[in-house]
Amino acid sequence: MTGNAEVKVHIQDLSKAFHTNGHEIRVLEHIDLDVREGELVCILGPSGCGKSTLLNIVGGFLPASSGDVAIDGLPVRRPDPRRIFVFQERGVFPWLTVEGNIGFGISGLPATERAARIAHYVRLVGLEGFENAYPQELSGGMKQRVEVARALAVNPDVLYLDEPFGALDSITRLVMRSELLRIWQTERKTILFVTHDIEESCQLADRIVVLSARPGSIRRVVEVDLPHPRDLSSPRYLALRDSILEEIGLAHRI
Amino acid sequence: MTDGNRKSEIGNRDEGAPPLPVGPRLVESILLPVGTAAVLIAFWHAAVRLSHTDVFPSPLSVLRGVGELARKGVLARYIADSLLRVGAGYSLALVLGIPLGIALGWYSTAARAVNPVIQLLRPISPLAWIPVAIVLFGVTNVAAIFLIFLASFFTIVVAAMNGVRNVPGMYLAAGRNFGLSVPALFSRVIFPAALPRVLTGLRVALGVAWLVVVAAEMIAVNSGLGYLVIDSRNAGKRYDLVIAAMLLIGLIGLVLNTLVRQVERLRAVRWGFNAP
Repeated sequence: MTGNAEVKVHIQDLSKAFHTNGHEIRVLEHIDLDVREGELVCILGPSGCGKSTLLNIVGGFLPASSGDVAIDGLPVRRPDPRRIFVFQERGVFPWLTVEGNIGFGISGLPATERAARIAHYVRLVGLEGFENAYPQELSGGMKQRVEVARALAVNPDVLYLDEPFGALDSITRLVMRSELLRIWQTERKTILFVTHDIEESCQLADRIVVLSARPGSIRRVVEVDLPHPRDLSSPRYLALRDSILEEIGLAHRI
Repeated sequence: MTDGNRKSEIGNRDEGAPPLPVGPRLVESILLPVGTAAVLIAFWHAAVRLSHTDVFPSPLSVLRGVGELARKGVLARYIADSLLRVGAGYSLALVLGIPLGIALGWYSTAARAVNPVIQLLRPISPLAWIPVAIVLFGVTNVAAIFLIFLASFFTIVVAAMNGVRNVPGMYLAAGRNFGLSVPALFSRVIFPAALPRVLTGLRVALGVAWLVVVAAEMIAVNSGLGYLVIDSRNAGKRYDLVIAAMLLIGLIGLVLNTLVRQVERLRAVRWGFNAP
């Protein structure tokens, strides 16, 4: 569905190494990746493979050791409100209400417009009735919704999600995935989604970028041409999942 | 407070913990401590009676002493004077200590330079500063206020510094991501994130400031509850008034602490005090 769209995020020959106590730890090596406008790309890899580091570099929070990241043709040098990073639900500000959090990035708007925007995103993520609740009073899944709404409220082009559902229980996680797909289909954002969960990447992604263990490099990029909503018991879905399991080198049985 | 009920409607965190009914809570928070105090007073009364002491006052003579102070009109004035001194020294510590602490928390190089000095000065009892205070300010009210300032200043600086240092990087990253300038990052992220720790520091510092009121009023001044302790002892060994002044100091300290605790219950900072 996004095959002909323009390249949004362009990553070229990107490498990253950290230096600690005189040792060099190579984290990422020669990453080349283009993400198209409106595409949902999952970056999949084992723990410690550098996938979060990659997302932080693309987000402008960390400098690359070598190589380039460009968005809309312009090099990324620092974080930018047009591209919002969504952490696990711990990134929600505990001193603000749900409304205060969702309106955090749009404090420059006129009050009525801001209120309307907040109300819109409260509805979109299904938090009506909780506008004045504090994060402490919410469940993990609800906090995650607040964070996604806070990101969407500034109307960014790109969302970076770093294992956003990792801390949720498995049922809430499934619900949140379908919520994310619903929101993505409504809002048409470009999404880079980092995960270590094979099922999650198969359920969400247009493309899955499989990273190797550290130093992380791209092993394979899998195009997923299954339409949404995806049938999790269909042979094509299962074949896709198994091929990635195989790619990562895991057995089919436990 | 009705938040117990609200919480169980929202989310599913507290589903196993229904709010306590009001009755038992009231008993626990008021009747139990009052009962303990009553037992102690009874014990005190009995001890004075049984020992036939004519130096140590009984609870009743302490109460009469308070009545005497009130009739002479000094009670309210002494309380006001002590509160004003502590208020002045503490406010000064707060106004100077919070900005300094926040700056030290943010600029780690400055903290490395200044923190050892703070840690060196902090453990010195305000009592040891009395001669210095007199040299600097003479035998005046200012010297007393200076002592109270010293007693609370370092606690506040350290609390604000640690508060800022411990702001999770994720909040800072989110603030930067939304395009905040540095001043906005301070007012909208760093300050509110550090506030619970700062408030804890302010509460502890107020306790220490009040604790030092006796020492501070030993110098120079001729009013206040601390002065009353010293003066009652020196002028005629009025131990009933000594004990009365001590208990008033304790009682006012309790009230101050309770008031500051109310601030900690505000919803915008409560997350920092009952974190799971």
